Amino acid sequence: MQTYSFDQKHIIHIPTEKALTTENLQVFYGDNHAMHDASLEFPRYRITALIGASGSGKSTYLRCLNRMNDAIATVKGKIIYRDTNINSKKINVYEVRKHISMVFQRPNPFAKSIRENITFALRRNGIKDKQELAYRVENSLKSAALWDEVKDDLDKSALALSGGQQQRLCIARCVAMKPDILLLDEPASALDPISTAKIEETLKELRKSYTIIIVTHNMQQASRIADYTAFFHMGHVLEYDKTEKIFTNPQIKATEDYISGNFG
Amino acid sequence: MNSKAANNVATGVIYLLVTAVVGILIFLLGYILITGVPHVSIHFITSAAESFRAGGGIRDQLFNSLYLLVLTLIISFPIALGSGIYLSEYAPHNWFTGLIRTAIEVLSSLPSVVVGLFGYLLFVIKFNLGFSILAGAIALTFFNLPLLTRSIEESLEDVPNLQREAGLSLGLSRWKTITGIVFPAALPGILTGIILSAGRVFGEAAALIYTAGQSAPTVSYTNWNPFSAASFLNPMRPAETLAVHIWKVNTEGVTPDALQISSGASAVLIVVILLFNLAARFLGNWAFKKMTAAK
Repeated sequence: MQTYSFDQKHIIHIPTEKALTTENLQVFYGDNHAMHDASLEFPRYRITALIGASGSGKSTYLRCLNRMNDAIATVKGKIIYRDTNINSKKINVYEVRKHISMVFQRPNPFAKSIRENITFALRRNGIKDKQELAYRVENSLKSAALWDEVKDDLDKSALALSGGQQQRLCIARCVAMKPDILLLDEPASALDPISTAKIEETLKELRKSYTIIIVTHNMQQASRIADYTAFFHMGHVLEYDKTEKIFTNPQIKATEDYISGNFG
Repeated sequence: MNSKAANNVATGVIYLLVTAVVGILIFLLGYILITGVPHVSIHFITSAAESFRAGGGIRDQLFNSLYLLVLTLIISFPIALGSGIYLSEYAPHNWFTGLIRTAIEVLSSLPSVVVGLFGYLLFVIKFNLGFSILAGAIALTFFNLPLLTRSIEESLEDVPNLQREAGLSLGLSRWKTITGIVFPAALPGILTGIILSAGRVFGEAAALIYTAGQSAPTVSYTNWNPFSAASFLNPMRPAETLAVHIWKVNTEGVTPDALQISSGASAVLIVVILLFNLAARFLGNWAFKKMTAAK
C-alpha cells in the first residue's frame, strides 16, 4: 500500500454558524491509537460526509461525537457543542444523546410495534400527553418519508418492515426526539439502491432543520447529498472542504487517489 | 473407500445413534405410562395417601410438589434475574467475574443429595426450620439458581448489541435500556428457561428427603391462613412431594397396592413434566410471536 504523508493537510474553517466542533480529538483502544488529532467544524443545517477506506477511523470518530465510545475506548481532546466541551466526565451523556442522536449501519428497530418504536424513548423521557405523542409519531414518520407506507399499520411489529423501511423508522425514531444533530453511520450500506435513494431524499429534506453528519463508503452518495466532505486516512483527517472541491479539485494526493479509485 | 461411500456410512451411523436415543426414550416413557396410567383415576389424584390400607391417592403429594415449586421460584427467580442481568449487562471480563461464572458452574453440577444434606444440616438443624416446605424450597433454590441464572444470562446475551446501542443513542440510561428494550426482547427465552427449570425442580427427590421431609401431615384445603399449622399454605409444615413419595413407596411402602401407587404416581409425574415442557415451548413461541410477527 502506498504511504501518504500525514503532515500535509487541507482543512478549512467554516465561516457560517457551527453546530459542533472537535479540537485535537484522539481515540485509543487500549494501546492502539485509532484516531489522531481530528479537528473539524461542522456547519449548522448542512450535511457533512465523512469518507475514507475501511479502518480509516471515520466511524470511530463519529461515535465519539455523542459519546457512544465511552465504554470501549479512551477519547481525548475537545468536542464543543453550544460552547461546552461535552467530552468531559462532568457531562450527563444521556442528555448529550438527546441532542446528538445516532442512526446505525444496520437497522435496529426495537422488537415493538412501529408506534412504540417512536414513543418508547419519548415516554421514558417524560412525554405522556397522548396528543403530543401521536403528533410526534406522525410528524417524525412523515419527515422520514415512511408515513404513507405505514400509517395504517402503526401497531404492527417493526420487525415485519423491510430493511429500508426499518432504517427510515430508525431515522424517524431519532427525529421524534427533536435532536439538534443527527449522526448516521453508513445508514444505507445494508440497503438496496431504491431504499438508499429514499434515505438520501429523506436526508436532503431533514437538512432544512437538522445538522447531519454521515459516514459513508459510497463516494457517489457523498457527492450527491453532502455540502461538506472530510477525508479520513489511517486515523488522520487529511482533507476537509466543500464537497464539490473535494471531488473536483482535491488538494491532497491521498484524497485525489481515493476518490479516483487509485488507492491502495 | 470413496467419499460417497464414507458419507453413506457416516450417515448410517448417525441415524443408528439417533434411533438408539429415541428408542430408549420411547421405551422409558411408554413403560412408565403403560404401567402407570391404568392406576390413575380421579379418586387417585384427589384422595389422601393411605399408610397401611390399599386405595390411597396422591392428592397431598401432588399439591406439595406444586406448592414447593411455586415457593422455590418465588425465592430463586429474583436472585437469578439479578445475577443474570449483572453477568450479561454489567460484569466486566476479569478474574473476579470469571470466578463467579466458575462457581455457578460448580454449583450446577453439585449432586442433589449433597445439596439435601447441606440443607438438612444448615436449615433444618442449625436454623431450626425443621422438616418444612421452606427448608425444601431453599435447598431447591440452591439447585435451581445456577440453571436459571445461566438461562437468563444467555437469553439476555442473545439480544443483539445493536438494540442496546439504539436505546443508548436515544438518550436512555443503561437501566432504562435494559428494562425497557433488552429484557422484553429476551422474555421468550427467559420464560422457557423458567419453565424448563421448573420441570427439573418438580422431579427432584434426593435434595428434599432431608429438607422437606418424608411425611405428609393431613392439611385442610379450606384453611387459608398460612400461619395455621393445619393450613395447606403453611410453609413451615413437613411436606412429602410426589417424587419423594414414589421413592418412599417403592423402598418402604407397606400398603398392598404400593407397586400400583408408585406406577400411577410416576405416570402423573412424567405427564406433569411433559406438560411443563410443552408449556415452555408454547409460551416461548407465543411470546416471541407476540413481539415480532405482525398481528
